[in-house]
Amino acid sequence: MTQNPRQPAIEKLPTGISGFDLIANGGIPAGRTTLVSGTAGSAKTVFAAQFLAEGIRKYSEPGVFVTFEEPPSDIRRNMESLGWDIPTWESEGRWAFVDASPQPGEEVLFAGNYDLGALLARIENAVRRIGAKRLSMDSLGAIFTQFADSAVVRRELFRVVSALKRMGVTAIMTGERTQEYGDIARYGVEEFVADNVIILRNVLEDEKRRRTIEILKFRGTSHQKGEFPFTIMSGEGMVVIPLSAIELKQRSSDIRVTSGNPELDHMCGGGFFRDSILLVSGATGTGKTLMTTEFMAGGVNRGERCLLFAFEESREQLFRNATGWGVDFEQMERDGLLRVVCEYPETAGLEDHLIAMKKLIQEFRPNRVAVDSLSALERVSTIRGFREFVISLTSFIKHQEIAGLFTATTPSLMGGESVTETHISTLTDSIILLRYVEMFGEMRRGLTVLKMRGSMHDKDIREFTIDNRGMHIGRPFRQVTGILSGNPIHIAPGEIDRMNQLFNDENEQT
Amino acid sequence: MTSKFVLKLYVTGQTPRTERAIQNLRRICEQNLGSQYQLFVIDVLEQPHLAEQERILATPTLIKELPPPVRRIIGDLSDTLKVLQGLDLPIHPTGTGGTQE
Repeated sequence: MTQNPRQPAIEKLPTGISGFDLIANGGIPAGRTTLVSGTAGSAKTVFAAQFLAEGIRKYSEPGVFVTFEEPPSDIRRNMESLGWDIPTWESEGRWAFVDASPQPGEEVLFAGNYDLGALLARIENAVRRIGAKRLSMDSLGAIFTQFADSAVVRRELFRVVSALKRMGVTAIMTGERTQEYGDIARYGVEEFVADNVIILRNVLEDEKRRRTIEILKFRGTSHQKGEFPFTIMSGEGMVVIPLSAIELKQRSSDIRVTSGNPELDHMCGGGFFRDSILLVSGATGTGKTLMTTEFMAGGVNRGERCLLFAFEESREQLFRNATGWGVDFEQMERDGLLRVVCEYPETAGLEDHLIAMKKLIQEFRPNRVAVDSLSALERVSTIRGFREFVISLTSFIKHQEIAGLFTATTPSLMGGESVTETHISTLTDSIILLRYVEMFGEMRRGLTVLKMRGSMHDKDIREFTIDNRGMHIGRPFRQVTGILSGNPIHIAPGEIDRMNQLFNDENEQT
Repeated sequence: MTSKFVLKLYVTGQTPRTERAIQNLRRICEQNLGSQYQLFVIDVLEQPHLAEQERILATPTLIKELPPPVRRIIGDLSDTLKVLQGLDLPIHPTGTGGTQE
């Protein structure tokens, strides 16, 4: 589409809210008012306050906060927990309140026609006084309850919006919604700020709360479509997780890195690709944590930095296991090459985990990252939230050009697919399956490389053993079929030869 | 009248609504209070900090500061009964109380 030359493109003002400007393609329309609508508890006030806080912190732009609902003292106190020192900003002339909150205990009588001229005068005065570039009004519903005549309030708010536009102030106006999917806002406020609308949601999904943000429209300028998850973090405020907005521009390299096990490297055609994500799937006890340990040790032995997120086992347990396989995690940590982070999945929501993990990755700058296991995280989320988490984490890891290894636990001992696997297998570059194989009344372990994007690999299902030096991959299972499906059936050697013969013949013909 | 009334009327500029409010108020006061009142008219466009101090939103707003209790009356004061009620004055002392627009 071509731009009308007489109508210059609408500029964007970066809000500074983490992740939001990515989905907003740069920010909110500059010099305009944007309606931020949401149900009770959808973090409207946080958005409104953060818009000003980031303006002050990142862009040295003073801001005015017009509060219709909570008194300024409440807002100062509530926002302190998010790390914003509003009183200091006020004393520096960078933040100003216009207190339009209802006064408790004061009797107000109405005796004739009125307008909200004083509100407008106070807003204009505050904007001029501190040279504000940003303004937030929170929230519109409260002013409609203070004044019975909605038509007057609507008309007056329209005057406020026009005045702000004239003064070149970029503004946020928050409004109430009664349901998550319905009218944009109550009291018909969208009529006069219909140009730019953002919706905040706090949806109950599978008994779990999930916050999302959606840009409904920006008149005359572009934005990402759809709902994006976000979270509120102490010390940071709102953090939006841009999923599909993240450009998937990671380069796949041809550089191979060792899996930490020479035999497995051989099966994978020379090791894992450096910036690839590998999924190791298997039932409990099949050797996933061992593989993770070897992957970490393999990196450290080559002088690479390795970061391990463990969600299933305690630190002590993990270190003891590693020692049992001849790997000294403690020494590696002392050398500064390894960092092991143990968390209970239940300590935080998935969004919070994601942000904390990203932060650690950025701080530690590892060459390899392992997550053991993803399935543990799946417990604390919905399927959709989990998938978004994996997409986001995968894409983040790939951007850093580091190798990732995730593990997934299958529910049944004998095989089958895990939920994790079902939902993320398409996102990973390689998949390795670990299985129990029952042979003649004995439990053995089998391993196969199911998928290896961009490379040849060994397609056998090989038996492996575990001892005090780690994993040893042996010969392929012969005389048995149906391992992956969890129903191993033994075949007489003659049959195998005959089958091989059959396929060889076929291959030769085609 | 034992105590003197102190009234503050907040308005926005010299508009017809402002004029109307001032006229309505003066009439009610003269009829009911005689000279026992002090009236201050504050234009919020000229003195926005006073509006800020008193947290005025709507104009015209009449604040009865004395005698207590402090009370706010919003509007152009065309509803005489409401104004009398807000000023804690007896309704119909002189038989007048019509609306003047």
